Amino acid sequence: MKSIVLQGTTRLLVPLLLLFSVYMLLRGHNLPGGGFIAGLIAAAAFILCALAWDIRTARAALRISPARLAAGGALLAALSGVPGALWGNPPFTGLWLFIGGGAGDKGLPLSTVLLFDVGIYLAVLGAVLTLFFALEED
Amino acid sequence: MTHSEVHSVGRRGDTVLQLMVLAVPVAVTVWLLTLLGPVRAQGALRFGIEWVPSLGVALDFLVDGLSLLFALLVGGIGIFVTVYAAGYLRGHPLLRRFYLYLLLFMLGMLGLVLAGNLITLFVFWEITTLASYLLIGFDHASATARRSALQALLVTALGGLALLVGLVLLGMVASSFDLAAVLARGEQVRQHALYTPIFLLIIIGAFAKSAQVPLHFWLPNAMAAPTPVSAYLHSATMVKAGIYLIARLHPVLASTDLWMWTLTLVGAATAVIAAVLALRQTDLKLALAYTTLVALGTLTMFLGSDDSVAVAAAITFVLVHSFYKAALFMVVGIVDHQAGTREINALGGLAGRLPVTFVAALAAGLSMAGFPPFLGFIGKELKYEGALAIATEPVLVAGAAVFANALMVAVAATVVLKPFVGSRPPALTATREASVSLWLGPLLLAALGLTFGLAPGLLADTLVQPAVTAILGRPETVKLKLWHGVNVPLLLSVLTLALGVAVFVWQRRMRDLLSRAARWLPLSADRLWDGALAALRRGAYLHTRWLQHGVLKGYLAVVFAAVAAGLLWVLVHSGGLPEQLGWPRLTVKEWAALALVLAGTLAAVGCRAPLTAICSLGAMGVGIALIYLFFGAPDVAITQLLVETLFLVLVAMILHRLPLANAVRGPRVRLGHALLASAVGIAVSLAILLVLQQPFGSPTKNYFELAAVPEAFGRNIVNVILVDFRALDTFGEVVVVLIAAVGAAALLGSRRRALSARAQGTRRNP
Repeated sequence: MKSIVLQGTTRLLVPLLLLFSVYMLLRGHNLPGGGFIAGLIAAAAFILCALAWDIRTARAALRISPARLAAGGALLAALSGVPGALWGNPPFTGLWLFIGGGAGDKGLPLSTVLLFDVGIYLAVLGAVLTLFFALEED
Repeated sequence: MTHSEVHSVGRRGDTVLQLMVLAVPVAVTVWLLTLLGPVRAQGALRFGIEWVPSLGVALDFLVDGLSLLFALLVGGIGIFVTVYAAGYLRGHPLLRRFYLYLLLFMLGMLGLVLAGNLITLFVFWEITTLASYLLIGFDHASATARRSALQALLVTALGGLALLVGLVLLGMVASSFDLAAVLARGEQVRQHALYTPIFLLIIIGAFAKSAQVPLHFWLPNAMAAPTPVSAYLHSATMVKAGIYLIARLHPVLASTDLWMWTLTLVGAATAVIAAVLALRQTDLKLALAYTTLVALGTLTMFLGSDDSVAVAAAITFVLVHSFYKAALFMVVGIVDHQAGTREINALGGLAGRLPVTFVAALAAGLSMAGFPPFLGFIGKELKYEGALAIATEPVLVAGAAVFANALMVAVAATVVLKPFVGSRPPALTATREASVSLWLGPLLLAALGLTFGLAPGLLADTLVQPAVTAILGRPETVKLKLWHGVNVPLLLSVLTLALGVAVFVWQRRMRDLLSRAARWLPLSADRLWDGALAALRRGAYLHTRWLQHGVLKGYLAVVFAAVAAGLLWVLVHSGGLPEQLGWPRLTVKEWAALALVLAGTLAAVGCRAPLTAICSLGAMGVGIALIYLFFGAPDVAITQLLVETLFLVLVAMILHRLPLANAVRGPRVRLGHALLASAVGIAVSLAILLVLQQPFGSPTKNYFELAAVPEAFGRNIVNVILVDFRALDTFGEVVVVLIAAVGAAALLGSRRRALSARAQGTRRNP
């Protein structure tokens, strides 16, 4: 079931989907989006790749093992809770840093909360792909 | 490295190991001996640390006369047993494992007798049960040893469960788990309505551990353990844990009719039945095991009383018994080790070959039979005095004691005389005396029996009197004397000896008579136990077959039926159905979304091809996502849409691979499915309608709305809650997703491997 049309479209769609997933991840704090949704979108990109060619190709495109990705994401999410606890607050208290703020503009917001959301993103992406890639047949 | 090299390296390492292990009981014993003076002066010492303060559980230790006596037995006999084991298990490949188990047991037993908190006591109690299991099954290649170990574990652990409930109830009634506090509130406990269940539960635990009839059968089977273990756990220490518990809780639970009658009758029954059974045995070790049962029954019987002489008799007998029984077990072990058999009929005339062992056997046997001037004689005299002092049933107790002691005399004579005197069977001519480490322990223990018999004052002041004081909760003076003058106990002693000698002389005839009688007995406790276990296994098998049949459809049906029934039950009981609803006013696009949902559902129900059904379900999901979107939950809508998409792809890929030849079902099955589905649908719908009628709007929602921007710098409340306010919850959920994915991948992967293995033509286990 190899279709040139699907493969051609996929070549175009996959980078767009991945870019879109990062966009959804970053805007999540203020608008609909967030790590979970973005992770699912990114997973959809790789699954599309698997449908157009096969799972082996998708696995190669991901480059690292999805289980490792998932574990790394969970680890990142857990670590993002540590800094808050270091200053005597409960774990997972958000710490914020605003870079280059001016009048009426807070500047570029960096936070442990963002780190946490990135962790969720990677964990969801990895978990879904772990499950999906297991369907591979030798 | 060759085999012999391994062996010699093992040996050298073993010696260091044995010295290290030996240091443990030696250090413990020395430390305990230094406590003798302070305990006698102060009554009780306490030390410990908080463990679970919120539950009143402390790692707390109480050293008084009673616990010190038992702890000294554990440590002291531990020294002899460790030395003995070094000789007995020389060069054994699993020596290290053996010492590990033995030290684990010492730890558990010391903790048990020194525990100052009910829960701590229970924890150590269970450690001894586990160590006993491991040690009985030490020879794990033998099916008999495994069966015996499991039986001992199950019986004592079941007793342990009863004990746990009993101790928790006791702690609640006494409003403290602290042993000293509980001991001080005996009156309060005895008058409480829960006294009877507390007593019964605790006593079941104690009886299971100390092998009282009808829970006695595991102890003779436990003789499958190596002999050092039998000498230590199953005669001198662990089986006395039940006795210790009875003595320990004597101030709290005793002095009621229930206590007195239960202990007296069960103890007497155990002593008498076990004495008769002991006579039947031709295996020396088994004969000794049954006399251990006699001793345990006797101890229980005497602790039923609260007379000071009876209690002193019990405590003295604990010491007497530990000395001679451990020594005799070791003697039998030596005979077994050197001559290769423990069968009475295959042994004889070994006195010349095993001279030192014979001396140890003789001294221990004389103490067991109660000859003066051994400690056993003092113990026996005290028992008769105590029996006569028990006000309620002196004749029963004294009668049982005389009967049991007479048979003990006969068994003692058998164990000491049969292997060592008479004509030597030709097979035994090559037998040689054992090494020092083997005979040193029994010889010293037997010598202790003689020393303390000649100077009983050494024991009376230091050990027996403080222990009796601790049990009765009032200061007692105990005097141990060899010669009391001519009185009733002495006459009973003479009677006992005469009876015992008669039984010994007529032994063979009596044994034949007993085996003939045994054939008429339809059941033994051992066989009953096997039957009970088989029934349990069969029940588990049937129930597993019925509940866990492996048919996914069946599981789903049960889950859905339970959901429907549970919801409907709650709805009916919580005041019925939601109020009548008006016709909803919806816009055209909302009607369209609704129509999509309905169409998807109908198509999924109506179509027969699984792939089409899944796609229809997907359409329904998209409709629901639209509804979310229209009613102001874009985050949920996006998630729904994405999950729906990925789910569709996943299921389609799985369906693609499944054999679906039997997917078409008959009308009756489909009707059943329809009914179940309708029931779940109706129940869930009603529940949602009812929930929607509750007043809405919660303070937390208002809080999040207000706090999201100033505190978390985010305008998307859903996301702010997920990644900031409730980040820990989200983290937990992500971990769950991770575990689910890894689990599913493992299942799919194993299936894939099995399929590819079949494709290659290699057969694997299904």
